[in-house]
Amino acid sequence: MRGRLFRRMFGSAMTGLTYAAAVLAILPLAVIFAMLLVKGAGSINWDFFVKSAVPFGEPGGGFAHAIVGTLIMVSLACAFGLPIGVGTGVFLAEFGGGRLGFTVRFVADVLNGVPSIVISIFAWTWLVKPTGHFSALAGGAALAMILVPIVARTTEEMVRLVPNSLREAALALGYQRWRATLQVVVRTALSGIVTGCLVAIARVAGETAPLLFTALGNEFFSTRLNGPMAALPLQVWRYALGPYDEWHREAWAGALVLITLVLALSLIARAVVRAKRQHA
Amino acid sequence: MTDLSATVLEPELAPRSTAEERWRALRTVSRGDVVFRALLTVLALLLPLLLLLIAVELVSQAMPAVHKFGLSFLTTSVWDPVRGEFGALPLIFGTLYSSLVALVIAVPLALACAVFLTEFAPKWLRTPVATMIELLAAVPSVIYGLWGIFVLIPLLRDHVWPVLRPVLGHVPIFSGVFYGPSVLAAGVILAVMIVPYIAAVSREVLLAVPSSQREAGLALGATRWETVWGVVLPYGRTGIIGAVILGLGRALGETMAVQMVIGNRHEVAASLLQPGYTIAAAIASEFSEAVSDMHLSALFLVGAVLFVITVIVNALARLLVWRVARGSAVGSTAI
Repeated sequence: MRGRLFRRMFGSAMTGLTYAAAVLAILPLAVIFAMLLVKGAGSINWDFFVKSAVPFGEPGGGFAHAIVGTLIMVSLACAFGLPIGVGTGVFLAEFGGGRLGFTVRFVADVLNGVPSIVISIFAWTWLVKPTGHFSALAGGAALAMILVPIVARTTEEMVRLVPNSLREAALALGYQRWRATLQVVVRTALSGIVTGCLVAIARVAGETAPLLFTALGNEFFSTRLNGPMAALPLQVWRYALGPYDEWHREAWAGALVLITLVLALSLIARAVVRAKRQHA
Repeated sequence: MTDLSATVLEPELAPRSTAEERWRALRTVSRGDVVFRALLTVLALLLPLLLLLIAVELVSQAMPAVHKFGLSFLTTSVWDPVRGEFGALPLIFGTLYSSLVALVIAVPLALACAVFLTEFAPKWLRTPVATMIELLAAVPSVIYGLWGIFVLIPLLRDHVWPVLRPVLGHVPIFSGVFYGPSVLAAGVILAVMIVPYIAAVSREVLLAVPSSQREAGLALGATRWETVWGVVLPYGRTGIIGAVILGLGRALGETMAVQMVIGNRHEVAASLLQPGYTIAAAIASEFSEAVSDMHLSALFLVGAVLFVITVIVNALARLLVWRVARGSAVGSTAI
């Protein structure tokens, strides 16, 4: 038997190590954000938001085409994906007790783990190859395929949190099941569902791989849904791997805009839930 | 719309109806309910359909390569698009190797974080630290890649490796000249990326350990650390293994960050300092510039291999985690 003093010291040492591990784990967040500010903030100015890319060598130029492209394709993904995702989530929570529910839940979790590059080549064979050209629509659809499983599972969790007494009260008042679900249960869980959607949107807004073979990217400003379109992550990727210092500076600036967008969405999502909890 | 609002209880029930008939009338659902349920079922069926379609499409696109190369596709290392010869061994090896490196770095770190967050951290510190770790999971992978190219690789090459070389230079897995883009760089980036996933899921698992277990450990005279190590962690073992496998799944399929730092060379190299390639990175770099139909088909075939590996890995992880936290949505912990 080891001495009591040794055991206590050993325990303290290991506890200290877990503190160190926590610091080490969140260090990258601080370092990445600091680097983005240091390297990217200098290139951010008004032109960056209102001008598109210019041929290399010319001064000026910005990310307007990429920012607008990301906004358009994320909106498309929401239009395709949110109804399916929320509907699936409500199904899982309200009718998901049986074998079908188990299967759908399991498939949603598995799909959530399928690499986005695989989604991308699948979307290419279905949406790009038959039409013969890359398009923002295909990009939005590929993003929606990533969006749906996340939204479905978070919606399910939020709807499940609604106490059964509310359902029973609605049914006792003579509501039919579907009206009770939509007007009482879903409305009660709404802030949670919105939070889940925001988290999922934040995730797909930063995705590069699904857009590689669907939206392709574009050096010019375009809002044509049926043609290639630029996106923030795609543009950052292209500029980061390019040979010019000027491109690298723009990549850092684009990354700063991208991470601000993504983290803002994530933090808003958290704030929605917190406000709801304090309200309740 | 009138029949949609017909109530469950029909007033014209005959007073002489038996109890059984009345009970059946009570359970009769209205047409609105039937339509609603059918609609949601159709929406829910879209997900399994999508998974099925992905599988079918990948296999059918990969068929030409399967017929031409057979099993030797998995065991040969020549990747020559011009002559039409393809062997995926370097890609499969690189995918597994970089993920293994990532796990070796990430697992101890993530578990220590989870233990810190559930057992040792002061109450006021828990939420902010958990939030920051989860925010790390939200950082887009292209930003990790950017950071890898311009910060991590120079750091490893110019500052870390020169210090370590006298110690590790003779170990076979650290042989050769270190130029920067390498399996090591990819492994480190992947580790940073999967720590939040493993930590978040492990934290949920540890939170699900009943406090009576801890109390029992302490009552037997164990120190707090001994309770964690000897009671809490073994109790959550299944879920923790699930969390680790989940992290592995993420690492195997990660594309952009790896493609930017691993060096992208079709070669099986045991040294961590040499460039490599992964399946996802190869698809990202070569798919849109595929020179022939066979090249495309070969890329679909490695894509199918990656798909099968990640589906198995994820299915396993979900089942393990579900055993602990029944039906909870792994990965939605970011809320």
